[in-house]
Amino acid sequence: MYQVGNLVKELSEKHGRTRESLMPILQGIVEKHNYLTDEAMVEVARELDISAADVYGTASFYTFLDTSVRGKYVIRICKTITCSMKGKAEIIQTLEDMLKIKIGETTSDRQFSLIETNCIGWCHKAPAILINEIPYTELTPEKVVEIIKGYMQKK
Amino acid sequence: MENKGLSKVDLIFEKVDPKEVLIKAFKMTSDEIIKQMLDSGLKGRGGAGFPTGLKWKYTAAEKEPVKYIVCNADEGEPGTFKDREILDKVSYKVYGGMAIAGKAIGARNGIVYLRGEYRFLLPQLMKELESFHKMISEIGYDFKINYCLGSGAYICGEESALFESVEGGRGEPRNKPPYPTTSGVFGKPTSINNVETLVTTMMIIKHGAAKFTELGTKDSRGSKVFSVSGDTPTPGIFELELGMTVQQFVNEFGDGDTKAVQVGGASGFCVPRKKFQNTIIGFEGVPTGGSMKLFNSSRSMYNVLHNYLDFFAEESCGQCTPCRVGCQQLLKGVEKVKKGEAKSTYLNELIKLADTMKIASKCGLGQSVGNAFRTIVENFREEIIY
Repeated sequence: MYQVGNLVKELSEKHGRTRESLMPILQGIVEKHNYLTDEAMVEVARELDISAADVYGTASFYTFLDTSVRGKYVIRICKTITCSMKGKAEIIQTLEDMLKIKIGETTSDRQFSLIETNCIGWCHKAPAILINEIPYTELTPEKVVEIIKGYMQKK
Repeated sequence: MENKGLSKVDLIFEKVDPKEVLIKAFKMTSDEIIKQMLDSGLKGRGGAGFPTGLKWKYTAAEKEPVKYIVCNADEGEPGTFKDREILDKVSYKVYGGMAIAGKAIGARNGIVYLRGEYRFLLPQLMKELESFHKMISEIGYDFKINYCLGSGAYICGEESALFESVEGGRGEPRNKPPYPTTSGVFGKPTSINNVETLVTTMMIIKHGAAKFTELGTKDSRGSKVFSVSGDTPTPGIFELELGMTVQQFVNEFGDGDTKAVQVGGASGFCVPRKKFQNTIIGFEGVPTGGSMKLFNSSRSMYNVLHNYLDFFAEESCGQCTPCRVGCQQLLKGVEKVKKGEAKSTYLNELIKLADTMKIASKCGLGQSVGNAFRTIVENFREEIIY
């Protein structure tokens, strides 16, 4: 759990306090902290003067605005047809073996989360994943190992 | 049947001097620009294929002082990735098309709604937007574009759901009418156009409508950027003249063993081998927003259908019952038939359900689930059952 601190205030100053600022503010929190806590959503509600249920209602609609705990690096594996045909299963196996977690889980050190996602627009270079916002394409198990090692060294 | 064969075109990615084209456009009246679009026969490139000139004409006719031009860059249809490439390579032409649309409909503000999955492109796009704003103020024209970012919801590609998202709400489609041309984003008259459509409008201004109509067929004018994937030795993005048959497409992109082509993504149509020869890719045959997926005989069409239904069951916004319940039941239904828990005739009941969804769903998502469902089940029935 993180402390949201002044972030909501800063984001509200930047984007404004009207209803259409809600998405950019929530996206800003997720960009920094990877997911939305109840406290963060209540804080946003207070800042924009709307109900907390309204904030949660909006956030929970969008798959990238996670409301449950996510690691620092959220790995989204495309599960749509072309990626499935071109070796998605091996990519998932490699990631699960390396990180010792299953799809939908987060490592105990809160560094990595593994999630399946719908088409991310890289079918011609399948299989593909997103790590936070960065796409990685034409993956093989070997490539995945290299990429994840790189992220492990970053932490 | 008009058949133009397969030929590659370079219009969308062609380098142009944007300033020159925009100066030309700004010298024209709103009516002149709209007439060029109507004469060109251009239909929207996002998939639905509404005539662009008409959309602009209706929006232009509204008396409201504040109007918007929205660029739909929420490219989420499985198998489509051409808008990402267009934004990556020629974003200045997207911005240019928005300014031309702005001039035509009387809008001073543009919004690009970019899907969250393409956030990595944003820093580059913002830099290019800055240059564009500089150029347009040099011309002495008042027009400003802002970005809105999506957060992973396929339904936000539906125009009214996109407006809801821009306004900071859940991306749930609105009832229509009123149509966006009357009441769109923030309740103002809005023309919402696809990324590729906007680039095409700029090229029509540059080359003239007459030149554009030389390409394509009566019902499908011009060229189109196709996203080719699946079982093909040459996956990627290709701009092709409209009006070719699926067979001609397969001859170029197939791996020699193509048994089906899914045209238009998960919400599109499955064309089996026996229909390749007589099916035109375009509005007179199978329409597409650009997604072309090839499947060879090693693939199970059950897996393809299951994957699509799983996709729709997740991406349905849940607002209207036919779509929310229908998607789930279609998915459960094919699983039951596959496992032998339901008779094969149960598939006929499921087709009826898909037909009901087509007439009863609120938006294009629920209405088009039946396209893939019917065409896959009818053409590959034994693969679904056994």
